[in-house]
Amino acid sequence: MNRLFESLLELIRRTSTVIPDDVHRAILASLEQEKKGTIAANAMQIIDQNIALARNKSQPICQDTGSIIFYVEAPASLDQIAFEEQAREAVKTATKKGYLRQNSVDSITGKNDGTNLGPGSPTVHFHQHRSPEISVRLVLKGGGCENVGAQYSLPNEKLKANRDLDGCRKAILDAVLQAQGKGCGPGILGVCIGGDRATGYEHSKQQLLRSLDDQNPNPELATLEKDIVETANKLGIGPMGFGGKTTLLGTKIGVLNRLPASYFVSVSYMCWAYRRQGMVLDAEGAVQKWLY
Amino acid sequence: MIELKTPISEEIIRSLKVGDEVLVTGRMFTGRDAVHKYLHEGGQLPAGVDFKGGVLYHCGPVIIKDDQGQWKCVAAGPTTSIREEPYQWQVIRDFGLRGVIGKGGMGERTLAACKEYGCVYLHAIGGAAQVLAECIKRVPNVHFMEKFGAPEAIWEFETVQFPAVVTMDANGNSLHKEVFAASQAELAKYL
Repeated sequence: MNRLFESLLELIRRTSTVIPDDVHRAILASLEQEKKGTIAANAMQIIDQNIALARNKSQPICQDTGSIIFYVEAPASLDQIAFEEQAREAVKTATKKGYLRQNSVDSITGKNDGTNLGPGSPTVHFHQHRSPEISVRLVLKGGGCENVGAQYSLPNEKLKANRDLDGCRKAILDAVLQAQGKGCGPGILGVCIGGDRATGYEHSKQQLLRSLDDQNPNPELATLEKDIVETANKLGIGPMGFGGKTTLLGTKIGVLNRLPASYFVSVSYMCWAYRRQGMVLDAEGAVQKWLY
Repeated sequence: MIELKTPISEEIIRSLKVGDEVLVTGRMFTGRDAVHKYLHEGGQLPAGVDFKGGVLYHCGPVIIKDDQGQWKCVAAGPTTSIREEPYQWQVIRDFGLRGVIGKGGMGERTLAACKEYGCVYLHAIGGAAQVLAECIKRVPNVHFMEKFGAPEAIWEFETVQFPAVVTMDANGNSLHKEVFAASQAELAKYL
């Protein structure tokens, strides 16, 4: 059994069963916020118990183990075809072991062959860089939260949202309102301002690779990120949409250039069961360190 | 906490109200997108499956076979229920359900069916697949496994004290409607 395969399998296991520390801290803070004895506080308590159980039993935090999205940063010397083959084998084995649900369905025939392999599953994004380091990040994103993602084309008359940051704010907050508890809140938003319909959504998902504690280098966006979380948490949607104080745990906003004719705001909603992990590999494919 | 044992009587269901926390014990069936569409299109339940007085769980579990060849539930949280909104009222009416468990809530047609036929919507904690799998003590059977695949099959669960919250009752009340209206009004203040 080769090193890379073992590392990828362990990456999938950890991602599916262990919540990252930054997310766990945010969940514990929100548990403190909710008024004791309310259904919102009880929901957060069950969530916290669930995090511990999943870790201890090495079983999926959520049964919807989601879209399997790898992000690989590597030097040009990496054999991408061989890497992808190993990733597919690791997904197949992880599914047999129950770290992943049999979650990939042929869109036309409705058949599920139980392997999690097929067109688009898993998805592997490769990015070459000059450094010799190989890093692999994995996001498992469930269907419930994916379904409440939204893309707005500005201006939007109904929302009175113009082509400026205030318009973006209105669009993002509308996405929070429409999502209510359906995306398994408290949630985390990845947002992209600009791009086209495909790159906008893709870049919004990539924001979910950022640590919850990081600071946006663009001060205007840093302010907007903070404002979105504060405002969303005044709306009273709360955990699971039960009513309560925590609607969002975080918001991360990125930007792409746009065409003069287009102005998209793309919002990806991540559930509290925020499954993301990453690793740095050595040349043999063994794990050197974990990233979250 | 209110203890419910399946099958559940109409009288008990009608006494429940929005915000009540319940623990469900007994036989429960899963059914989600494929099952609802199938029943809506006139499909029949397989032999041995009876929803009468029972609870339907919107769930696509992770289930593996253990060393003895027994089904073992590894993860089993709720899926988003609103996708079943076009069909749920009919399944409640035709198959005598007393409870539907899911997450995210459902719409007007389901709320009306709950009132008319005596059913409640029970919200389980989304994503809490391990806490909820612990309450599933046995998986005696599965139906439509070949036809729909594992997540979409009808699984039979023996549950003990499965926790959920009544968010739509049999008296026409919906927490989801209330929270949406209140949060929409609140948001208007900050725009």
